[in-house]
Amino acid sequence: MRLHKAIPIPKGLLSPSPCSYSTKTKTRTRTRTKTKTPVQQHRFYSTHPPAARLNIPTDFSTTSILNHSAQSTLQNPELPPDIRNGTTKRMNLFQSINDALSLALAADESVILFGEDVAFGGVFRCSMGLAENFGTERVFNTPLSEQGIVGFGIGAAAEGMKAVAEIQFADYVYPAFDQLVNEAAKFRYRDGIEGRHSGGLTVRMPCGGVGHGALYHSQSPESLFTHIPGLRVIMPRSPVQAKGLLLSAIASNDPCVFMEPKALYRAAVEQVPTGSYYLPLSKAEILKEGSDLTIVSYGNPIYTCSAAIEKAEKDLGISIELIDLRTVYPWDKECVLKSVRKTGRCMVVHESMVNAGIGAEVAASIQEDKETFLRLEAPVMRVAGWSVHMALMFERFNIPDVARVYDTIKRTVEY
Amino acid sequence: MSTRPLLCQRWSSSLGQKPGATSVRFPGAIHSQFSNTLKFYQTPSPIDTYRTMSQDGDIVDADYTPESDAIALGLYENMLKVSIMDMIMFDAQRQGRLSFYMTGQGEEGTCVGSASALAAEDVLFCQYREAGVFVQRGFTFDDFMSQLFANVKDSGKGRNMPVHYGSKALNIHTISSPLATQLPQASGAAYALKMQRLTNPNIPPRVVACYFGEGAASEGDFHAALNIAATRSCPVIFICRNNGYAISTPTLEQYRGDGIASRGTGYGIDTIRVDGNDIWAVREVTKRARELALKDGGRPVLIEAMSYRISHHSTSDDSFAYRARVEVEDWKRRDNPITRLRKYLENKKVWDEEKETAARARIRKEVLKAFATAEKEKKPAMRTMFEDIYEELTPEIREQMKELKSVIERYPDEYDVSEFEGGKESLAP
Repeated sequence: MRLHKAIPIPKGLLSPSPCSYSTKTKTRTRTRTKTKTPVQQHRFYSTHPPAARLNIPTDFSTTSILNHSAQSTLQNPELPPDIRNGTTKRMNLFQSINDALSLALAADESVILFGEDVAFGGVFRCSMGLAENFGTERVFNTPLSEQGIVGFGIGAAAEGMKAVAEIQFADYVYPAFDQLVNEAAKFRYRDGIEGRHSGGLTVRMPCGGVGHGALYHSQSPESLFTHIPGLRVIMPRSPVQAKGLLLSAIASNDPCVFMEPKALYRAAVEQVPTGSYYLPLSKAEILKEGSDLTIVSYGNPIYTCSAAIEKAEKDLGISIELIDLRTVYPWDKECVLKSVRKTGRCMVVHESMVNAGIGAEVAASIQEDKETFLRLEAPVMRVAGWSVHMALMFERFNIPDVARVYDTIKRTVEY
Repeated sequence: MSTRPLLCQRWSSSLGQKPGATSVRFPGAIHSQFSNTLKFYQTPSPIDTYRTMSQDGDIVDADYTPESDAIALGLYENMLKVSIMDMIMFDAQRQGRLSFYMTGQGEEGTCVGSASALAAEDVLFCQYREAGVFVQRGFTFDDFMSQLFANVKDSGKGRNMPVHYGSKALNIHTISSPLATQLPQASGAAYALKMQRLTNPNIPPRVVACYFGEGAASEGDFHAALNIAATRSCPVIFICRNNGYAISTPTLEQYRGDGIASRGTGYGIDTIRVDGNDIWAVREVTKRARELALKDGGRPVLIEAMSYRISHHSTSDDSFAYRARVEVEDWKRRDNPITRLRKYLENKKVWDEEKETAARARIRKEVLKAFATAEKEKKPAMRTMFEDIYEELTPEIREQMKELKSVIERYPDEYDVSEFEGGKESLAP
């Protein structure tokens, strides 16, 4: 089926190392103008034009989206009191997922973890040390067969296990589409009063662009699953979110598709509570309050939105509200509608293709709601991947960047 | 052989080829011998079909110990039950009183025989032509009829097409239409049972049995299921009903190997082929398969039960469009599981024409009674259409339920909701 898949992305290529971009913009601009355009053969994935003001790669070490101090993490009102009084540890996204899996395995004997190459730690290191700690009966490799992995998980879940299955890349989930759509999603419904279900199933999958993943290591197929009643589709934006949402997905009695933006595995680092905590599913989070425009997004583009908001607010003298959907289905419509009724403007940003994407559902729901429709002062806009496949050399022109988000903010408020 | 010292040096390493070795040390095939002759392998000689009794009902396996007459009569009654219900329901569909039906004529022996060898706590997955399994496990005519008429007593809440039965009490998962999807699920379920017993030794040893047709075995899920069951040592019995046809497709267009059984060994699975018209053979094979599946912590077993689909594929199919009527008549007359067991019982003088007539009349009456009762029942509340998508109703679904109620209220002449329990009121949020 695939030519190459189990390739851990080398650290340097995944994301700019924080130190490369931690200098202030001013300094960098000055240096760059002095030394002509450098030929940067080795870092062509994350470079930006010398005069760029908007399309500057995210500096994960300073972004306000991540909690750089324990204090800021523990202030989160969604965390229970014991966690807020507890400790934190610096973790990147793969470490926080590993931590969540480890806690879930330790807390409940019915949790099992399996997939391709999971036993040695996983190609993205998410299951590192788990087979050693919890035994190869509970953390194990499966044959290379996605339909087998998900079918196996459904059966185990139907007999009372908490089955956490891994699909190595979201791009390879399609062989399991039948099992997810016709079986996992409909299991409870068709069983009627018998009450059996596959809610113990959680299917984890790395998703999204990573700079050089091309056609089959870059996809975000969330919309294919949001069309399916019965599945919960979740995509976290950060290590704190990933841990809390993954623990909730595993605990949930509904089958969950848990999509992990792989570009954040090593790049996003923050202080993560060390204990077990559960963040609510199907509940959006207002990351930043504002009064003139609502931006709805999820996953990796949250960072792009945040950077664009910073520039736009300064340049245009406006105030923007940023909402992270977190669960893209069943989604928190009420939170979005309430925000748009306040701001009168809305745009949706996501990485996957614009056609029939999450943006379509959000935009349609906004215009369909009478009360919200009457408050609209501009068309609902979508910034998303073009309706094309992810071509290797053109990824940076396909995934929404700060300039495109900034431009759409500008056009929306100036409408 | 002249490289003895070198050989000693290499002994310590588990990797690579030992100099002078006669067998392969590649990690992918550790037991293969080197050959200096270029040869392509063909299908080995066909796997035998095990039987205990002849077409005349005489026991032919000297090592086989026949079951008691009480068991024999019980199994015979259950096969009759399925066969009579099938005939009545097929006609009912033809009269338009039922939307759809599938009979299992010719395969009663495979279903009743195998199910009789399993423990009540064993977990079952079916395809759709296994009414005999349900009867053997204790599914009543009332249960069948409630499901077929999708009435208020249907455990599936009127959501599934007819013949998509399921029962938690009987440990049979609800049938779904997509073919072979239940196979990898059976492997996963078997792994769950194995893990649960590892955690709690007080749980009795259990296996999963999974039924499917030879057509379904062409699906990718068949491959996925057998392979994962073998690599994870799952206590699961795969029971293939090879009845010669997948709707119109004969087996010659389904596969070119030696049936389904020949594939089992390729996955490293203990495999057997059995005469599906011989209920004793099916029962005995399943009994042994269950023991084998539980041995050494668990392993999968594949049973291929050979039979002939005497019936049409379903009520939506006229099989005479693709096979000769005479062929079907020939199979019906020549050999089928019910007549063979009847001959066995008659040889033993515990059954005769009089008993046969009485039993058929009694069963027919039971079916018709359940039929009439079920047909009169109300349909499930409309609310059930919206429930059980998720564990709880989502705000979106609540909103849509309200919307449907409002449409029905505004257009009362456009909808007949009287046959549904509670009418439109069940849609109240």
